[in-house]
Amino acid sequence: MCGGLAQATGIDVTLVRIGFVLLALGSGMGILVYALAWLLLPLEGESTTIFTRAVTDRRGIRLVIAIIPLLVLVQVIAGALHLGYLGSFSWPVFLAAGGAILIRRNASTQERLWINDDLVPMLHAGGDRHSRLTFVLRIAIGVVIGVGGLLVLILGHPSTAALRPVGGVLLVVAAIVVVFGPWWISLVRDLMSERQARALAEERAQMAAHVHDSVLQTLALIQRSADDPRQVVRLARSQERELRSWLFEGRPPGTIGDEATTLAEGIGLLQRQIESDHGITVQVVVVGDCDLDERLRALLDAAREATVNAAKWSGAPQVSLYAEVEPEAIMLFVRDRGHGFAPDSVPGDRQGIARSIRDRMARSGGRATIRSSPGHGTEVELLMPRPGSVT
Amino acid sequence: MSKEERVRLFLVDDHAVFRSGVRAELGHAVDLVGEADEVDAAIELINERVPDVVLLDVHLPGGGGQAVLRGVLPHHPEVQFLALSVSDAPEDVIAVIRAGARGYITKTISGDELLQAVHRVGAGDAVFSPRLAGFVLDAFAGSGGTGAATIDPELDQLSPREREVLRLIARGYTYKEVARDLTISAKTVESHVSSVLRKLQLSTRHELTKWATDRRLV
Repeated sequence: MCGGLAQATGIDVTLVRIGFVLLALGSGMGILVYALAWLLLPLEGESTTIFTRAVTDRRGIRLVIAIIPLLVLVQVIAGALHLGYLGSFSWPVFLAAGGAILIRRNASTQERLWINDDLVPMLHAGGDRHSRLTFVLRIAIGVVIGVGGLLVLILGHPSTAALRPVGGVLLVVAAIVVVFGPWWISLVRDLMSERQARALAEERAQMAAHVHDSVLQTLALIQRSADDPRQVVRLARSQERELRSWLFEGRPPGTIGDEATTLAEGIGLLQRQIESDHGITVQVVVVGDCDLDERLRALLDAAREATVNAAKWSGAPQVSLYAEVEPEAIMLFVRDRGHGFAPDSVPGDRQGIARSIRDRMARSGGRATIRSSPGHGTEVELLMPRPGSVT
Repeated sequence: MSKEERVRLFLVDDHAVFRSGVRAELGHAVDLVGEADEVDAAIELINERVPDVVLLDVHLPGGGGQAVLRGVLPHHPEVQFLALSVSDAPEDVIAVIRAGARGYITKTISGDELLQAVHRVGAGDAVFSPRLAGFVLDAFAGSGGTGAATIDPELDQLSPREREVLRLIARGYTYKEVARDLTISAKTVESHVSSVLRKLQLSTRHELTKWATDRRLV
């Protein structure tokens, strides 16, 4: 911020910073100026400011306008009940809320992350959003307070005349709901469709990873064995089976199914499948054993991906697969002595490593490390913490 | 043992196909002084010809590889044995090592690697295949020393460094690659491996025998 101001005015950054601190300490003016500068000056590396973005953010402005009826409502209630302080208090609150909405929507990615990670949880502090108990509690408290308020209104003015302003308020509320209701609903719908689009994109990424694992891998195999019709038919058949079971039975392709119940069995199965599909030797060493669960199946899927990758790209006749069961975690290494590659030079579209292995492991709480250098082969290290262990 | 000096090799395996394969692959580099396909003949011929290295099948009719070791080593402790097999029942492999073999490899090994292993055993070094390293890690797992009174705790436990070396071998690293990865000399790797072999052979570790029996029952 100070850097930006310094750039705009040509004064040294340090001087600007000192100036701000002095101003802030002296009168509080500094803080105001700082906030204004934050809104009006572009961030380093960006050409627009929060202010210019906010002015052009039509959806944001619509959202802000949508709270105006709420303000009117508060004013009407305050007027009816002769609560002058509530009426004057609602104005700054409204302005602050509108400003906050526009700033949050138009902050830079980094600032938005800060807002989402640090500020939003503060608002939720004290209760888990997903906890049903807090939800019920909140509703209960709301109802109690509402009923209490009505009782106070009625008991405070024993005559029914007191209910007249309340009736007026209800009419105004009804009018506002009728006028703005559809518009609010459309806003909510917009927000929901935005959320749905995001979920859809995530699902698409998972699907792409699955398709890459199964269909694309098989197609590559078929291309390689084009001169062996029987092999092609066999590959196509098994892929067809796999794809069907995924599409119609919901079982992800390429996963170790129920035929294996322990890690060592799963790895043995993996070894046999890859050896028969790819014509390479998979040298397996397993130290210890344990029962398979969802995380370990994910680990095996990642191991399969790494091994198949080695079989396809390394050019080495043998791939070593080593797994060790430790009290806190399962370690699995897939190593080949083939061509290797420079990790930085792998194009983003080589999904195999980037998406299937890393994301798969990350999704299940593990991690993948890939070491490779041209001429020295490749080693993929997979680590999956065991559930119930202290990490 | 230098490479010019041809190793005198003896072959014990009940599969004729495998023996002829080894003959074809190693015949140019070693002196094949004999072959046997069962325990008694093997003991008799080895004691008679005293080769440098015996390539010994773990699974052999008439008592297995261990029987050959027991029949030869008391008379000719200078003969070095290199065990090999296709199927890998861990307790059999560990038993052969405990009976005195200097190493263990799988039959899927390439000709070059086999020759290297033969030379290494001939020179008195230990040869650990990834699989054997895995078996040993498994056998010594559980950090030991719990409950059962161990006579010599030194012998009944692997040092962290030995564990590290074995782990890398199990991951498919050659001795040279292990040395580079741990930034130690290849000689140090060899001494670690030899010390593991010694522990394996001399350990009275309760868990080691228990491990083998458990395995046999499975």
